[in-house]
Amino acid sequence: MNSIEALKDLLYKMADDQLIIGHRNSEWTGIGPLLEEDIAFSSMAQDKLGQSEHLYNLLNQLGEADADTVAFTRNAPQFHNCQFVELPIGEYDFSLIRHLLFDYAELLRFESLQNSSYQPLAQVAKKFFGEIKYHFMHASTWVRQLGTGNEESSQRMQLALDQAWDYGLGIFEQGPAEEVLISEGIFIGESELQAKWYKGLQPILEEAKLKIPAKDQWSPIIGGRRGEHTKHLQPLLDEMTEVYSIDPTADW
Amino acid sequence: MNQEEIRNILKEVKDPEIPTISIVDLGIVTGIKLNGEDVHITLTPTFAGCPALKLMENMVKDRLDLVEEIGQVSVETSFETTWTTDMISEEGRKAIQQHGLAPPKRNCSNISMEVLEDTACPYCGSDDTSLKSPFGPTLCRSLHYCNNCRQAFEGFKPVG
Repeated sequence: MNSIEALKDLLYKMADDQLIIGHRNSEWTGIGPLLEEDIAFSSMAQDKLGQSEHLYNLLNQLGEADADTVAFTRNAPQFHNCQFVELPIGEYDFSLIRHLLFDYAELLRFESLQNSSYQPLAQVAKKFFGEIKYHFMHASTWVRQLGTGNEESSQRMQLALDQAWDYGLGIFEQGPAEEVLISEGIFIGESELQAKWYKGLQPILEEAKLKIPAKDQWSPIIGGRRGEHTKHLQPLLDEMTEVYSIDPTADW
Repeated sequence: MNQEEIRNILKEVKDPEIPTISIVDLGIVTGIKLNGEDVHITLTPTFAGCPALKLMENMVKDRLDLVEEIGQVSVETSFETTWTTDMISEEGRKAIQQHGLAPPKRNCSNISMEVLEDTACPYCGSDDTSLKSPFGPTLCRSLHYCNNCRQAFEGFKPVG
């Protein structure tokens, strides 16, 4: 795989992650447990969708179809997002744990990408990093609050963490061209990112009085980056593309 | 026409969501290039998901198209310069306050709940305020409550 193909692979998985988690976040609009939380998840959804669009635009500059076509005309097997982001929003405990595990990975990913040798990516990473700081701050505050809240809240958060963990590890599924990305200075690579993530998460979860599953129990759920998805992705795509499918030229 | 004159004209173009502040004072006009009579403007997004990006490009083009001395106008949005709230001018900060929003704190590359909590009320100036949520009705706003004048207010979020 040459460096352009490797770069496209990296951009696709990041753009698809942003699009799908953005759509999932938006499902809290109108039904958040507090008005402020409703607004928070809706705002973060808007950020993620905006970020996905800019990543698709970078792909467009590399010869791929335009953002709308790429976002709205592919089926599940053509998506490169990790399975974690496509899982249903579940109860609020699950959404918050996913929010922390995923957004902390994003925070570190875009922090490091600010130094990418591919300048257009470094530029957008700088912008995204400033926005994701807010997402991470929101996630860590709530996880700490509920992890140390009362018996029920801490039990539910622990259960959600146990259920989410292996999917969280799947964020770091290696692409087919990690070595190229690393040697070209485009990206530090998934395994270094995962190491940073695990190290940084420990004090955060410790403060929240939550236990990370023991390392010998880890079994990363991968496949998403190669187009293998859970049964939850296609219905999400069908819903997201409903208007586009009826009238691809619809505008306002 | 020189850059300064064009910059002054662009001061008439206001942020669609905060109509008291011009896009120049907001700090998003990052390039004014002249090529004979033709003008090329570069804008930088405040937030990646800002729904007003395209609208602001069109507003800039429409305004400059009205100027007889200017030939072709082109406008692009680019991430080359990363916008931060420190790029908002003094005049811009006053305009934000005039709109009833607390202006963003300066030098906030390390944002935290504590930094956001420490926001003065735009109505009475009191520092005795509480942060309600770092997310508000638009991407650039946070929600606060003033314990002194007992009013909810919004702040313009610092972005570093």
